[in-house]
Amino acid sequence: MNPSTAGSQLGQPNTTAIVFFLLFVGITLAITYWAARRTKTTSEFFAAGGNISAVQNGFALAGDFMSAASFLGIAGLVATSGFDGLIYSVGWLVGWPVVTFLIAEPLRNLGKYTFADAVAYRLKQTPVRLSAAVGTLTVVIFYLIAQMVGAGNLIHLLFGLSYEMAVIIVGAVMILYVLFGGMIATTWVQIVKAVLLLGGASALAVAVLWKFGMNPAALFSEAARMYGPEVLAPGKLVANPLETISLGVALMFGTAGLPHILMRFYTVPDAKAARTSVFYATGLIGFFYLVTFVLGFGAAVLVGRQGITAVDKGGNMAAPMLAEVVGGTGFLGFISAVSFATILAVVAGLTLSGAAALSHDLWSHVVRKGHAPESEQLKVARLASLLLGVLAVILGVVFKGQNVAFMVGLAFAIAASANFPALLLSMLWKGFTTRGAVASMLTGAFSAVLLIFLSPTVQVELLGNASAPFPLKNPGLVTIPLSFLVGWVVSLLSPEDEASRRFAEVQHRMHVGALLPPPVVTPPGPAGSVPPGIPEAPRKV
Amino acid sequence: MYGNSKDDVLKALAAARWRVAGALTVAMLVTYLGFILLVAFNRPLMGRQLIPGLSIGIVLGAVTILVAWVLTGIYILWANRKYDHVLDELRR
Repeated sequence: MNPSTAGSQLGQPNTTAIVFFLLFVGITLAITYWAARRTKTTSEFFAAGGNISAVQNGFALAGDFMSAASFLGIAGLVATSGFDGLIYSVGWLVGWPVVTFLIAEPLRNLGKYTFADAVAYRLKQTPVRLSAAVGTLTVVIFYLIAQMVGAGNLIHLLFGLSYEMAVIIVGAVMILYVLFGGMIATTWVQIVKAVLLLGGASALAVAVLWKFGMNPAALFSEAARMYGPEVLAPGKLVANPLETISLGVALMFGTAGLPHILMRFYTVPDAKAARTSVFYATGLIGFFYLVTFVLGFGAAVLVGRQGITAVDKGGNMAAPMLAEVVGGTGFLGFISAVSFATILAVVAGLTLSGAAALSHDLWSHVVRKGHAPESEQLKVARLASLLLGVLAVILGVVFKGQNVAFMVGLAFAIAASANFPALLLSMLWKGFTTRGAVASMLTGAFSAVLLIFLSPTVQVELLGNASAPFPLKNPGLVTIPLSFLVGWVVSLLSPEDEASRRFAEVQHRMHVGALLPPPVVTPPGPAGSVPPGIPEAPRKV
Repeated sequence: MYGNSKDDVLKALAAARWRVAGALTVAMLVTYLGFILLVAFNRPLMGRQLIPGLSIGIVLGAVTILVAWVLTGIYILWANRKYDHVLDELRR
């Protein structure tokens, strides 16, 4: 083994990487072309017509979640700080069971395209959808900035392209996917990418373990021999236990509030498929994080920490460098191309969920009060996708060189504080009211943003102040309970008869789905049309 | 229209679902917080190696991931067998 980087091809235009990347873009654009011809209704644009199977959706969910940040970031973290990386892997995974138990099925049964459908079901449409859109768009924009800035840096390091060029390529291809292929194309891009990423990471892990007699313990003990036994125990990341718990809570409940994840539950035919798809996703993501853990240690041992941090201080290049050491330039090219593809797919999913909030929640329900014709909704959705795509590119360039970690933390904290409490309360509590929902969502979003602004990440690391007014980097531990509390108190103060009267209907539909409400005559709609019984506008009781 | 009996069955079913979902959520929270609290407060224990290379921390981290998957599996089994069964009856 040669743990030096002198001969590394990293950052050079790599023929294999370019060929693999062009192949990926070619195949996914062909999928987009195919999908564009089947994307004629809003249901097809936002929810792939509800025709995605549980296995396919499991891969797509996993794809949405396994961003380049979690693949390269966790591998890098493990390579540079050992065990601590595993804390992130575990935290990122444990949100999924919660999504299965509490959210997936009711959400699928109550809604149509966005999580606001479920929250607004028995409440007043306009205020609820407005505040839900505020939360969704804030999450989407911060997550998009993080991905775009990360993409620019990564691709600059991997391919040697300029930062701005990388951001523009990502933006342009992503706009093509979403604009023309909608959710059908986005889902298939996500599936292709998930398979490539899982396959690539697994092959890399096998290549590493091969050198250690296929025994992970031998790899770990070699790492302990090189860097001391403390690499196998919690390290400096957990210097502040409260911090660890706050981050953990935000990661756990953030998953249940991420708009692009919640939106995936509308792409499957029914609640059963929604439930099963999370089971597949949990398995795939758990496996992936364990593999990433092996890659991190593999990189520490086979590439060497010095070499990794010499290329990128954050350690983000650990996995690609490991690929070069065990498999040569060809493998480096493959892993680089997969990382690029991963960013493309994740930003496409995010953009689509932002477009759904703009078009379905804001335009169709707030501006047009549910009277927008299908063709108009579709036009607005496409326009929204285009705007968000262009905005993502501009923000990516503007935020060049910024610390993106706090933006991801912010996105998770806002999702966990703004979206999750209102969603859960609307499903569980008869006394939940319009004002309660609005107060809970806005409190969650604004308190999370405010506390992050007052946190050490912004005050000390970005602004260079000596100390920060709020001690925690991640505000989840404060803002999630606060959002529940505000939702509860405001609801108690503003009883809403109609909302509680319609709770029985919500209960019924949440469990039984749209199919039952007694003998509804189901008109035989065209294949892929909206299931009958889903209210387009608020129903009068 | 459906009568009261169906309503009652649905109410009982809804209550059962929230009970199962709640219990499993608590199980997940306890497992995860247990892991996090050990990480935060018992560093020496987490660093102890069972066999060379395999520290208790690594094993527990992997176990937490496994528990997440198993709990999800338990829910799916329950839902597919019991919950869907009653729902099918109701839909009739």
